[in-house]
Amino acid sequence: MSRVRSLLVFLYDFVVGDDPLIAVAIVAGLAVTAAVASGSVATWWVMPLVVFSALTASLLRAARR
Amino acid sequence: MSRDVLLFLSVFLASTVEGVEAVTIVLAAGLTRGWRSALAGVAAALVVLAAFVAALGPALTALPIGALRLAVGGLLLVFGLQWLRKAILRASGYKALHDEDAIFDREVAGLRAAGDGADSAARAGSIDPFGFTVSFKGVLLEGLEVAVIVVTFGSNQHNVPLAAVAAVAAVLVVVAVGVAVRAPLSRVPENALKYAVGVMLTSFGIFWGTEGAGGSWPGGDAAIAVLIAFTLLTSFGLVALLRRRRERSTAPTATVTVG
Repeated sequence: MSRVRSLLVFLYDFVVGDDPLIAVAIVAGLAVTAAVASGSVATWWVMPLVVFSALTASLLRAARR
Repeated sequence: MSRDVLLFLSVFLASTVEGVEAVTIVLAAGLTRGWRSALAGVAAALVVLAAFVAALGPALTALPIGALRLAVGGLLLVFGLQWLRKAILRASGYKALHDEDAIFDREVAGLRAAGDGADSAARAGSIDPFGFTVSFKGVLLEGLEVAVIVVTFGSNQHNVPLAAVAAVAAVLVVVAVGVAVRAPLSRVPENALKYAVGVMLTSFGIFWGTEGAGGSWPGGDAAIAVLIAFTLLTSFGLVALLRRRRERSTAPTATVTVG
């Protein structure tokens, strides 16, 4: 059991890293892009905006610690 | 600059950074616990990594192009932003710079403190389990990220061989230098390289993620260069912002005496 737990902890660290906010923002950003893309509106601006906002929020959170 | 050149550069730089870290660990294990155990650990890790690439590569390339770009874009963004976040925190002074000399010293101290298993293993002509494990874990963990980058970049560009060549070339260069100097590769500008790789992975991740989610870019492939410039400039802005914030928080407060 402890080996399975270690593997899960490793996978979490490997994929999610230090701040889960970034991973959540990426998934949400891609979902919003997919939703907007089904209409006729341009979507190229969504991910740059999401990435910049998530990175800024994550860095400010780290700086406050 | 063509996509293939950017692909080669991104994989080469990422592999160089991870290669430097792996070589530091293997050097520490080899010098303290014996080369036989350290190199056996390297060989075992390379076998596992090859199996991982062999399993993940065909699985990813079997996906339809839209789903592949979405998965690859998401993965690259997760990795790229982790690298970029750490690089910005280091450049602004919130996190200590990566120092291969210090890491080497720490590894050597830890390996020496682990007892004299290496001596008895050497006398018996067998493998020292501690040296083997440290070397194996070091190469496997550092190599896993490279393997993911090779497979994701390569499959998305329909050019896994070029991505693999870039990774192998980087590892060969790093190993050759490591063998020549027999010391941690502390002169490699690792922090700057990590920053550059973070920018590249994030930019490609934004591009492919958006395309995979059904979006399209004005200007097509030319948007990649614009995204690299965007990521670089915004990251410089964030470094400047955090530096000012740090200077304000560490500046001595003025004392006003009244009367």
